[in-house]
Amino acid sequence: MRLAYYPGCTLASKAKAFDQTTRWVAQKLDIELVELPEWQCCGGLMPQVTDAVMGLLAPIRILADAQTISDKLMTLCSFCYNTLKRANLVIQQDAERRQKVIDFLKETRAPKVVDENFQYDGSVRVVHLLEVLRDDIGFDNVRQKVVRPLTGVRVAPYYGCLLLRPPKEIGLDDPEEPTVMEQLLEALGCEVVDFPRKVECCGSFMIVNRPEIAAQCSATILRSASQIGVQLLVTSCPLCQFNLDWQQMRMLESNGEITPVPVLYFTQLMALAMGAEPFVLGFEHHLVDPRPAILELGL
Amino acid sequence: MTTVKLSSRRLSSEILSEIEELSGQNLYACYQCGKCSAGCPLGFAADLLPHQIMRLLQLGMTKEVFASQAPWLCVACMTCATRCPKGVDVAKVMEAIRTIQLREGRGALQVFLPPAELVAEVPQLATVSAFRKLSL
Repeated sequence: MRLAYYPGCTLASKAKAFDQTTRWVAQKLDIELVELPEWQCCGGLMPQVTDAVMGLLAPIRILADAQTISDKLMTLCSFCYNTLKRANLVIQQDAERRQKVIDFLKETRAPKVVDENFQYDGSVRVVHLLEVLRDDIGFDNVRQKVVRPLTGVRVAPYYGCLLLRPPKEIGLDDPEEPTVMEQLLEALGCEVVDFPRKVECCGSFMIVNRPEIAAQCSATILRSASQIGVQLLVTSCPLCQFNLDWQQMRMLESNGEITPVPVLYFTQLMALAMGAEPFVLGFEHHLVDPRPAILELGL
Repeated sequence: MTTVKLSSRRLSSEILSEIEELSGQNLYACYQCGKCSAGCPLGFAADLLPHQIMRLLQLGMTKEVFASQAPWLCVACMTCATRCPKGVDVAKVMEAIRTIQLREGRGALQVFLPPAELVAEVPQLATVSAFRKLSL
């Protein structure tokens, strides 16, 4: 299957491991990812007020570019996924704002890219790799590609906020009791831990404005994971990964309050189970190095 | 005990209708069950909890709401919006409160300069999002 692919800015820099393991996994599963030829930041967060237009330009420009490649645009970062999907809904449902966005894009873009007849009606479907795996590939097919089953490894999924909420607009899974990552982890052979804080907020972007407050949110999640004996956490959000990684490094340095719970992207764990070479996995980018845990687990 | 003086003039304030319009929410739908506050991950750090913001708005006490730090701590995780039994999207109300102040040039992003080692590591999506939410 062929999908337009939007990595987003963080996957091109701080979260390279997420991008490279995704490309590796996609190849293994015969998913052809066509990266958009030109792309820019999606804006990070969806503007939520009813008269917002400026904040829609970036995501809609990305979606309009994607329509020349495929009717589905796949993305991975929870922030990008949330913003693209919700901005697309505004274009589908709000004719006035749609026209404003189209007029602005026509006004500002090179004529060879956007001509007078340029239109975008919200027809591109924004999909997350997790739903591609669940709905198109199937977890049984994932299971068949596993060469290094993660048997006995206690892994907990950590969804965070933007992958699931607001449920009416996102609709990837149940907002309180999601199971898509659990199903994936089972296919990889892991022992899935029922993690009570899997949909709780890590403190998000407050890390740059009020780091000490964001740190408390992350610390609560980490203490909980450590207490119930989670050996690895998996996520799909580069900011959740960072916040939990950063706070964990500080907690491990300062006191013996928690045991290490390395935080991986779900694609890193997939690539590991599917037999990827160590250089693909990108574990060296983590603040809390997952390699000692991985070795100890005999993987 | 604090005495609160209520008046119908307050309730017909233009700011209240602006908040309703920008957020697309009916402020009076809230029946103060407190579910939003129970689940708010940033509530511990805020001077007012989400249900208190809603109540103050219902009473037309916008001055108190605009003096609160709570909307500036809200990261739009949308836990409140997901759990509200009356379907009120409190995160959108918070965004409307921020937006009104930002458009009036008030309450812009207070950049608490994070430690250098944090700046070097933090993914750019955090910075982009902070500016998107907390500045115009």
